[in-house]
Amino acid sequence: MEKYQKYTGIVAPLDRANIDTDQIIPKQFLKSIKRTGFGPNLFDEWRYLDEGLPEQDCSQRPLNPEFVLNQERYKGVSVMVARKNFGCGSSREHAPWALEDFGFKAIIAPSFADIFFNNSFKNGLLPIVLSEEKVDSLFESVHADSGYSLEIDLENQVINCPDGESIAFDVDPFRKHCLLQGLDDIGITLEDADAIKAFESTYEKEAPWVFNAIK
Amino acid sequence: MAGKTLYDKLWETHLVKERADGTALIYIDRHLIHEVTSPQAFEGLRLANRKPWRLDTNIATPDHNVPTTDRSVGIEDPVARIQVQALDDNCDEFGILEYKMNDVRQGILHVVGPEQGAALPGMTIVCGDSHTATHGAFGSLAHGIGTSEVEHVLATQCLLQKKMKNMLVRVNGKVGAGVTAKDIVLAIIAKIGTAGGTGYAIEFAGEAIEALSIEGRMTVCNMAIEGGARAGMVSVDDTTIDYFRGRTFAPKGEMWDVAVAKWKEYRSDADAEFDTIVELEGATIIPQVSWGTSPEMVVPIDAPLPDPESESDPVKADGMRRAYEYMDLKPGMTMGDVVPDRVFIGSCTNSRIEDLRSAAEVAKGRRVDSKVIQAIVVPGSGLVKLQAEEEGLDKVFVDAGFEWREPGCSMCLAMNADKLGDGEHCASTSNRNFEGRQGYGGRTHLVSPAMAAAAAVSGRFVDVRELLDAKA
Ligand code: SF4
Repeated sequence: MEKYQKYTGIVAPLDRANIDTDQIIPKQFLKSIKRTGFGPNLFDEWRYLDEGLPEQDCSQRPLNPEFVLNQERYKGVSVMVARKNFGCGSSREHAPWALEDFGFKAIIAPSFADIFFNNSFKNGLLPIVLSEEKVDSLFESVHADSGYSLEIDLENQVINCPDGESIAFDVDPFRKHCLLQGLDDIGITLEDADAIKAFESTYEKEAPWVFNAIK
Repeated sequence: MAGKTLYDKLWETHLVKERADGTALIYIDRHLIHEVTSPQAFEGLRLANRKPWRLDTNIATPDHNVPTTDRSVGIEDPVARIQVQALDDNCDEFGILEYKMNDVRQGILHVVGPEQGAALPGMTIVCGDSHTATHGAFGSLAHGIGTSEVEHVLATQCLLQKKMKNMLVRVNGKVGAGVTAKDIVLAIIAKIGTAGGTGYAIEFAGEAIEALSIEGRMTVCNMAIEGGARAGMVSVDDTTIDYFRGRTFAPKGEMWDVAVAKWKEYRSDADAEFDTIVELEGATIIPQVSWGTSPEMVVPIDAPLPDPESESDPVKADGMRRAYEYMDLKPGMTMGDVVPDRVFIGSCTNSRIEDLRSAAEVAKGRRVDSKVIQAIVVPGSGLVKLQAEEEGLDKVFVDAGFEWREPGCSMCLAMNADKLGDGEHCASTSNRNFEGRQGYGGRTHLVSPAMAAAAAVSGRFVDVRELLDAKA
């Protein structure tokens, strides 16, 4: 994973609560065995006027002009503001893959579904929780100002707004560390291999049926 | 000191190491693998030149993409075929036990795991699928994970986690006749909302939950995620122990007795403290049906559909308006006004033998209404299918005009050929009514198996209790 660096990105508003993973990336695209290439099908059912099929050339499909991401002013967008419970539904990591592939680096919402939240960090996508009021005011600013951009500074845990306001946000220290350093979780866990083995040897005595049963 | 919750106990017995920041390394006992969320994880292992930490902990079967009609010809859809083939190849390469598509033990992972005794009480169980919470029904800590975590579990047998909060949902008293586990869980979600359980592990308890079979408890825990909670669970009791006796991978002989003694500890202590407690009265729950595009948009079958104008939360009211538009329904109507174009009985929520029995009881001696284009019954596993056939349920369904299919996820998420047409309404026993979930433009109404069968034979949504009364 690449190191997560400070950047300034155009913001798109997706004014809906409970945006579920079936909307973020509809199931027909989950048949891919790759991790990349999901961007063209991000929000497929809202973005296009026809039904999307796997492995189709999306550049020829009719776009829904009403959908925010199709509007000229949001071209090159990398930050999204959305409403509560973003990413609810399935555990498919294809959802953060699609958002990331499209170009998003941060999603701001009052709350996220647990699994999506967790998956995002593992893919260089930063979910930021802000209060409903802050999110409301961001929606207003984005609507009012074409090209509205925010500076996302993970290191200092602040969002810097064009009007000079700085909004602080919380982030788990371990996840922050992994994002900033671009670290792979598995490598970190394997540093504890001895602890895992020690746990197993005690645990196997207490619960032997857990081991060697499935063959 | 306050006692411990079931979740506290499961957490403690699987804690490998805790870091200063509260992140913990949790040991995983069982890992269930299917074709959709695993190929990229296996690819990751290969690229990093890593091997699975343990082999005797994983079990795999294809379920999301498999056809539910004649399988002798293989999978027609080339993209789906490649994905199922990738699972077969990966399991062969890494030495993981897999029930392949034509194995009689194949089925939906969340049905197969407990059926085989691969998933057992007191375990930590994960799968790259959010409905893994199903396995909490027998006193396990079970939840969905993403593909990066699938790879992480394969490589390390552990997950990095933060402890969740404890929520207790207690359903007091008994539910009436004709009211099922599905109605209970839909009523719970209608009450707590789809984000109500976010950040929590939910324990379901109370007389109405204790009265359920393990299958019924699985239906309830299955939908914990629709209430926002990654994990749902029920404390171990005699019903739990009885369910696992004699299952393929369950301990045998003396080890069985040792295991049972240990499993019985997996109960919340009487003085355990929960961060949040929600209570419902069983007697007030009647058959439920979802009207909108979120699993919290649920009404009792006799109630008028709610009016967004009287909803005080503007974001919620807006969601309701969109849902009415998508579903082509209006506030004030009742679900009795809606014709189900298709009926789907199946999914990891409701495809076990008990579910099929309860649907068959309603279908028996009746006919699928002519307004219904298609009604399909998809057993949760090959073994459920066999059992149902031994009991003659297949015949009941076929005589009534239902199609009897091969096991898999099927129309629950429509990754295979089973789907709704644009604009069609479906009485479905699955767990999600999101836009497009069951097919592009499809309109899902979540119900119990008995209610789905009742809708099929009535040509509209009805209170199944009326049909059951008519038979009594
Ligand atoms: S039956 Fe539906 S919800 Fe269950 S695992 Fe399959 S697709 Fe997911």
